[in-house]
Amino acid sequence: MVSPVSCCQTAGGCCPTASWYLWTDSDSCSDWTGSFSRTSRSSHSEDRSKMASLGCFLRSGNNAVSVVLRREFSKTPPAAVQVNVRDALNQAMDEELERDERVFLLGEEVAQYDGAYKVSRGLWKKYGDKRIIDTPITEMGFAGIAVGAAFAGLRPICEFMTWNFSMQAIDQVINSAAKTYYMSAGAQPVPIVFRGPNGSSAGVAAQHSQCFAAWYGHCPGLKVVSPWNSEDARGLLKAAIRDDNPVVFLENELMYGVPFDLSEDVLQKDFVVPIGKAKVERRGTHITLVSHSRCVGFCLDAASVLAKEGVECEVVNLRTIRPLDVDTIEASVMKTGHLVTVEGGWPQYGVGAEICARVMEGPAFNYLDAPAVRVTGVDIPMPYAKILEDHSVPQIKDIIFSVKKVLNM
Amino acid sequence: CVDQLLEVSYVLSQGCSLHPFSLFGSVLLTCPTAGLASMVASSRSYADFTPEKVDLHRLEEGPPLTATLTREEGLKYYRTMQTIRRMELKADQLYKQKIIRGFCHLYDGQEACAVGIEGGITLSDHLITAYRAHGYTLTRGGTVREIMAELTGRRGGIAKGKGGSMHMYTKNFYGGNGIVGAQVPLGAGVALACKYLGNDQLCVSLYGDGAANQGQIFETYNMSSLWKLPIIFICENNQYGMGTSVERSSASTEYYKRGDYIPGLRVDGMDVLCVREATKFAADHCRSGKGPILMELQTYRYHGHSMSDPGVSYRTREEIQEVRSKSDPISMLKDRMLSNNMASIEELKEIDIAVRKEIEDAAQFATTDPEPPLDDLCSHIFANDQPFEVRGATPWTKLTSTS
Repeated sequence: MVSPVSCCQTAGGCCPTASWYLWTDSDSCSDWTGSFSRTSRSSHSEDRSKMASLGCFLRSGNNAVSVVLRREFSKTPPAAVQVNVRDALNQAMDEELERDERVFLLGEEVAQYDGAYKVSRGLWKKYGDKRIIDTPITEMGFAGIAVGAAFAGLRPICEFMTWNFSMQAIDQVINSAAKTYYMSAGAQPVPIVFRGPNGSSAGVAAQHSQCFAAWYGHCPGLKVVSPWNSEDARGLLKAAIRDDNPVVFLENELMYGVPFDLSEDVLQKDFVVPIGKAKVERRGTHITLVSHSRCVGFCLDAASVLAKEGVECEVVNLRTIRPLDVDTIEASVMKTGHLVTVEGGWPQYGVGAEICARVMEGPAFNYLDAPAVRVTGVDIPMPYAKILEDHSVPQIKDIIFSVKKVLNM
Repeated sequence: CVDQLLEVSYVLSQGCSLHPFSLFGSVLLTCPTAGLASMVASSRSYADFTPEKVDLHRLEEGPPLTATLTREEGLKYYRTMQTIRRMELKADQLYKQKIIRGFCHLYDGQEACAVGIEGGITLSDHLITAYRAHGYTLTRGGTVREIMAELTGRRGGIAKGKGGSMHMYTKNFYGGNGIVGAQVPLGAGVALACKYLGNDQLCVSLYGDGAANQGQIFETYNMSSLWKLPIIFICENNQYGMGTSVERSSASTEYYKRGDYIPGLRVDGMDVLCVREATKFAADHCRSGKGPILMELQTYRYHGHSMSDPGVSYRTREEIQEVRSKSDPISMLKDRMLSNNMASIEELKEIDIAVRKEIEDAAQFATTDPEPPLDDLCSHIFANDQPFEVRGATPWTKLTSTS
């Protein structure tokens, strides 16, 4: 029998099954999952909130929790656990660092500061200087070093404090990472993940608010992913780290603190979300909303409002920008006949523009009853004043307005 | 046996008021014993008042001033340098015939650098350089055939025709890099991996006098020093960054000192033994865990920057001729070996003939091998992936990419 706290450290995070305290040497909780039934996601049982707060305790390494848990768990069935996006990313990295010794993390403040946004909290303490490396403020240099390490067989995670700073290093991402496998005709793979927060935040103004989905999504040789919720974050980061190719991982600062329910399956160590596959978050019949990252949440909110007026929106969460899952988009558009894309980035030459072009060029065009339109960030550098900033990004009312226009309501 | 003291000096100042420089050197030769000769590596200093040793920066002592050259090594270095020379000249020919196109940066004149460096490390060490890479591709294990076929863009090329002149790779050789300076942090990353994996290997990261001013190189100096990475920075100073001489590009032309807190040394890059001994010294420094070290190799390219550059608008033909007649790396090695009875003139001629044949055969292959199949157009985008569709030039052109 393994003590609860050490077991939790092995798991690198909170395990959802009630029976983890019964584990033996095996660090997999899959043996035990069969014996418990799942709680429904929408249940708000007291147990779940207890689990969530206990989860917080566990993540902060509080030993006192172990006694409490032993008593609680003998009575309660397992529940989906609330995990915010930050912790989902943290746990994913922790598990992958443990799984493969070649994985390491480098970036500004990732180690002793626990991460500028605390995404790498606790990792340096656990893995030390060799595997969690604080870099000087020299993006071009350390991105190049990360790519070189990938050339020589390691599996680096290179963090940009925000993707705005990646412009200093963009040559290394594109010319050294993305193109090398092709130029070498397959002799030199580059298994690297570049990650960090992307897009607008709150009050950080123009130089710190750009969305890079379109820029990196443009380039062959890169995989570009943009998670929305905790399941996306966890599964896509694991997939990215396990992928033998350069992956641009676009997080969102405003999503870091948002909690989502994660089921047992999602909390398995080998849970991955396949790169290149979109997810239909909400089924609908009248119109398709395609989005990525934080705007997926806005689409779902807009859909709830529109449902009251009898409009059923289908919401597609892209999850991956490149390769784009055109099949899922087309299937949806062929069903609903209407399309609105929603993104935080600028309109010109953007993600929405690509989606519309693809729909035009493919079979779904014949099913469109109205032109496809894009809801985007306003085509300006991001202003600072709150009232201006609020009007620079797509809001739920913009989505609702566009849906009604497209549906001619 | 008679000790001979040979003084060699050469002055390059004719008509080049912007960049006069003179080198003085001495070579001390001792009598050869059967098959083996010992000699002092020639040392060249930048001005005649400095002692006859390697220029050092933050180093108490430098590489030994004596080096032992065995007959076997001599013949090997001779053959490799001659192969690089002939290969580059053949590339020049093919380029003028428009059989090679695009970029072609030739290495003739600088052979002693590539060959000397390889003499100081092993093939399990790592190396990365910029675009003037054909010589290194050879010393790092590539064959003339596959190098030339890559230049002519054929399927038998070392990168199957997908890379071209600047993107050739072999085991532990990471190209061939087109973006000036970008290869230096990459090399430090390779060195980081060596340290991480604890394999006692090191990485040689090369760049030119033109690249030496790149910011990312200073970023790399900083991180390599901070983390004590096993990296040898080597600046191949051939006096010109494209058409700009070092005096016109650099506030400080003492590139071996540019690493500031990183110890550095400057040696004659036209002398294969100097390069080898300096590299061995640098490799020992790295392997002993002391962190990075910087070497400047003073060398010269006979061709222009690339095949598009005649190379005479910013320097005189006299200067090129002077270097060729007084400092040619292959001639220097040849003279040494002959005057020490390490090889006969016939023997070296035989090597020349064999090399010529090898180059001819390779050129023949490179001009007759078919171009890559169109199926290869979209392959090698991603490693270890399922085949996927790639958008062609029109929406109806659906191509497939395989790993």
